[in-house]
Amino acid sequence: MLTAILAIAALAVLFGLMLGYSAIRFHVEGDPIADQIDSLLPQTQCGQCGHPGCRPYAEAVARGDDDINKCAPGGEATILAMADLLGREPVALDAEEKLPAVAFIDPERCIGCTLCLQNCPVDAIVGAAKQLHGILSKECTGCELCLPPCPVNCISMVPVTEEISGWRWPFPSTPLKETAKSQPERAAA
Amino acid sequence: MKTFIASSPHVARVNRVDSIMLQVLLALVPGILAMIWFFGWGLLINILLAVTFAVAAECTVILARGRSPLPAIADLSAVVTAVLFAISVPPILPWWMTLLGMLFAIVLVKQLYGGMGYNPFNPAMAAYVFLLVSYPVAMTNWLTPTMLTEHHLSFTESLRIILDGSLPQGLSWDAVTSATPLDEMRGKLDRNLTMGEIRQSPLWGAFGGRGWEWVAAWFLLGGIYLLWKRIITWHIPVSLLSSLLVCATLFWAIEPQTHPFPAFHLFSGAAILGAFFIATDPVTACTTTRGQIIFGASIGALVYVIRTWGGYPDAIAFSVLLLNIAAPMIDHYTQPRVFGHGGKRG
Amino acid sequence: MAVAHSLIANRRLWTFHGGIHIPDEKSLSNGAPIAPIALPSRLVVPLQQHIGAPARVIVAVGERVLKGQMIAEPTGLVSAPVHAPSSGTLVAIESHPIPHPSGLMAPCAIIETDGEDAWAELPPPMTDYPQLDPELIRERIRWAGVVGMGGASFPTSVKLSPGTDRHIHTLIINGAECEPYISCDDRLMRERSGHIFEGVRIMHHLLGVKQVLIGIEDNKPEAIEEMRLALAETDMHTYTEIVPIPTLYPSGGEKQLIRILTGKEVPTKGIPAQVGIVCQNVGTAAAVADAVLEGRPLVSRVVTVTGRAIANPRNLEVPIGTPASDLIAHCGGYRETPRKLVCGGPMMGFALRDADTPITKATNCVLALTPEESPAPGPALACIRCGRCAQACPANLLPQQMYWHARAKDLDRVQDYNLFDCIECGCCAQVCPSHIPLVQYYRYAKTEIWSREQEKRKSEQARARHAAKQARLERQEQERQAKLRKQKEALAAKAKAQAKPETAAKQQASAASPTETANDS
Ligand code: SF4
Ligand code: SF4
Ligand code: SF4
Ligand code: SF4
Repeated sequence: MLTAILAIAALAVLFGLMLGYSAIRFHVEGDPIADQIDSLLPQTQCGQCGHPGCRPYAEAVARGDDDINKCAPGGEATILAMADLLGREPVALDAEEKLPAVAFIDPERCIGCTLCLQNCPVDAIVGAAKQLHGILSKECTGCELCLPPCPVNCISMVPVTEEISGWRWPFPSTPLKETAKSQPERAAA
Repeated sequence: MKTFIASSPHVARVNRVDSIMLQVLLALVPGILAMIWFFGWGLLINILLAVTFAVAAECTVILARGRSPLPAIADLSAVVTAVLFAISVPPILPWWMTLLGMLFAIVLVKQLYGGMGYNPFNPAMAAYVFLLVSYPVAMTNWLTPTMLTEHHLSFTESLRIILDGSLPQGLSWDAVTSATPLDEMRGKLDRNLTMGEIRQSPLWGAFGGRGWEWVAAWFLLGGIYLLWKRIITWHIPVSLLSSLLVCATLFWAIEPQTHPFPAFHLFSGAAILGAFFIATDPVTACTTTRGQIIFGASIGALVYVIRTWGGYPDAIAFSVLLLNIAAPMIDHYTQPRVFGHGGKRG
Repeated sequence: MAVAHSLIANRRLWTFHGGIHIPDEKSLSNGAPIAPIALPSRLVVPLQQHIGAPARVIVAVGERVLKGQMIAEPTGLVSAPVHAPSSGTLVAIESHPIPHPSGLMAPCAIIETDGEDAWAELPPPMTDYPQLDPELIRERIRWAGVVGMGGASFPTSVKLSPGTDRHIHTLIINGAECEPYISCDDRLMRERSGHIFEGVRIMHHLLGVKQVLIGIEDNKPEAIEEMRLALAETDMHTYTEIVPIPTLYPSGGEKQLIRILTGKEVPTKGIPAQVGIVCQNVGTAAAVADAVLEGRPLVSRVVTVTGRAIANPRNLEVPIGTPASDLIAHCGGYRETPRKLVCGGPMMGFALRDADTPITKATNCVLALTPEESPAPGPALACIRCGRCAQACPANLLPQQMYWHARAKDLDRVQDYNLFDCIECGCCAQVCPSHIPLVQYYRYAKTEIWSREQEKRKSEQARARHAAKQARLERQEQERQAKLRKQKEALAAKAKAQAKPETAAKQQASAASPTETANDS
């Protein structure tokens, strides 16, 4: 009995040491993980995650300073992708998921103040001082950063109309009668 | 008309799980009747008990999970598990062992893994092995076939044996029980008797054990019915039985005095039942065609190996469980060549 | 006939894995001849009825259009024009529901018909096409807006120009019509075989193939007989053969039919031309004959209106843009309230949400199914891994594995199991005893993967633009700093020479900074 316990304890210690060693030995230098996380983020650059953009948020997650559930525009898909990449458990989104939308400037009211333009992270607004500004809706990420600075409140968000080319079949909704886990590892990989 | 997005196909489906399970139960009937004929009412009592326990266990677990148990019961999979278990264990097994077995099968092996479709192990066989390992004596205490005993246990006598273990007045255990033919052969071979001597025993019939051979024949009929109805495909049963036959023939040809003749292997124990009803359980078997052949053939070979050199007389349960573990891996390496993909795979 | 019989005896047929036998239900609709339908007062003509780039409208709203007049022109190589199906006034270009599983709207030309059905001036017939430049013939087919009429709606002219580097040896004409219920190709072969052969002859000429194989499922003996008789009357029997094939769904799938007739497998993600084959539907052949020999564009098609909910199921010749409800009314309306109205066949079609959805070039069937024919699917059970799906799959996939991963939304693993080789035939779902909507899982996974790729491209673009903006801001900041430094240095130099440096420097610096960021954009 005692020998068995000792043997198992010894094995545990041995494996622990091996794990620890490999963690040091194979530690990846630089910050490619932040790059990888950044590539999963939607690049809306909206700051809703509490960081000044997607890249800073990616770096925070890579450092372990922030959770993976802060990006509202990315929604569930992004959380799942990050959980997958980082080997963490997926968590529920810490914000409300919004329908995709783009900004629209009311041409009647725009005074050409250039304030929105300075705030747009992706240069999706074109215009010059004292001229009507317009939004390149193809480039707009829907971050809403241009809304607050507008002195006449002429910018509004309009939902993106669903187009056939981007339409997705809905996930089958018939509830499975009796299932517990989402996916048991049956397929030996 | 309601508007909804539902994908094609739009016409009625052809199969349904419950109808498949019902056909399996139907196919078991002739074999079960034969078993009752040869081994008495205890078998029927066991089946009823096992079904009750299994359904009750399934209900409880699903209720505890906050779901409606009806659909799960209605798919009849628990009933099939229970019946397969009941016909694999001795017909006078104490009731609490049946209960234990069914709890083990339904709660641990099936529901804990997520329920129907998720269990990696065949629940009936897992329960059988669990009991065999825990209570080896009770689990090998088979009744003597009716034509070999004077006393035929009546329904109430069987019931009393099962419920409180009390034998009818004036009867000893030896009068009603005997080893199974497989058991007996193992024992005698170990005592260096030759096949010729062993076959003198009254337990021996034309090609298998007395009674047993006919039970197996009726199960074979049920199996053929399943094949005909396309409930199962030929791959697993045929590969299993042929590999068992090949092994048996080989060793018998080399040394007929120490190895029983091939038909004995096929018609003894649970070989036929296992080939058509147990190894074919879709949830725990391989799903690719080539995988199924490997799966079946491996079980057949393992059965022979365990029967001949292993510690237990029969081996269907062990072999099936062992191959259950290997099934996902076999599936993985036997993926079919997808249409339009040039090179042969795996 | 004797010749034909000896030919069948010689032709070897191949098989594909899986496939299923399902009641074909064709006798519901294949008894009556193709009938014309009364011209609707309003036609809704979708501007994109083909795979490829959308067509560009070339007539102004309010203009009068004539039947066969081009109202939208193709915008790319893989594109097709749209013609007015009847004469009348183009009253609007607006969004209208089109036949699509989403039930979403797309731009359509709305034509109010004037009842005259007056033809526009059509190009001259090309009866002497063997003497003409093949390019001219292709151009004519392209002009006529002919697309694959079996459902894929790929522009036919593109398929007929495989390029000089590909050696095409066989033209396969698809008359298999393996989907249950549908009988439009069956009727077409019975009634317009001569027309079909004219089209085949033209395509044979364009492709320069050695042989033409016309595959027809053997549950259509009348069509086979008629096609054989018609073939015997032409001089085409030296290179053309009518090949009856066993009825097994989905033998009419392009890849499956090619396999059955030639034993060749179209490589994954590939096209038939890679194995030297071009495959066209019988309806397409007839449309090609119309375009080349009569100069008529594709403005109508044969549609099967069937299902047990329809009073008198039959086939109709329908102008493109006719609402499905008109077809149903023409067939006597509903016998009983259908549970589902399907566009296409029961195995691969999709439910129509709106009976006003127009008929397009690709619509081969309007199917009204009774609750008995199409019972509401019970809740799906868990997969029992029975493998029936894999046995039925004509692509030899493992549908149960794809299902596991699609359900777990593991889009990478689904692709490991070759999701994109799935032809969405529905065999797997049809045989699944757990009644899992397998095909929908695959369609979900496919569209999800495509849309993620799209989003990925978009976010890449946003990242680049964001990075560019930040780089620009940084550059401006640096330039500003540099300027400031220069000015400071200059001032410092001055200060050495002069006495009071501070005030001037301050003035200069504040003048330089603020305007810059604002103006530069
Ligand atoms: S919330 Fe998401 S999209 Fe917005 S900045 Fe943060 S990471 Fe980028
Ligand atoms: S236009 Fe407005 S909402 Fe759109 S990306 Fe620019 S700042 Fe964001
Ligand atoms: S047919 Fe259905 S239950 Fe059977 S393996 Fe396929 S998906 Fe699973
Ligand atoms: S729908 Fe796809 S997976 Fe299912 S049988 Fe057809 S090809 Fe195979």
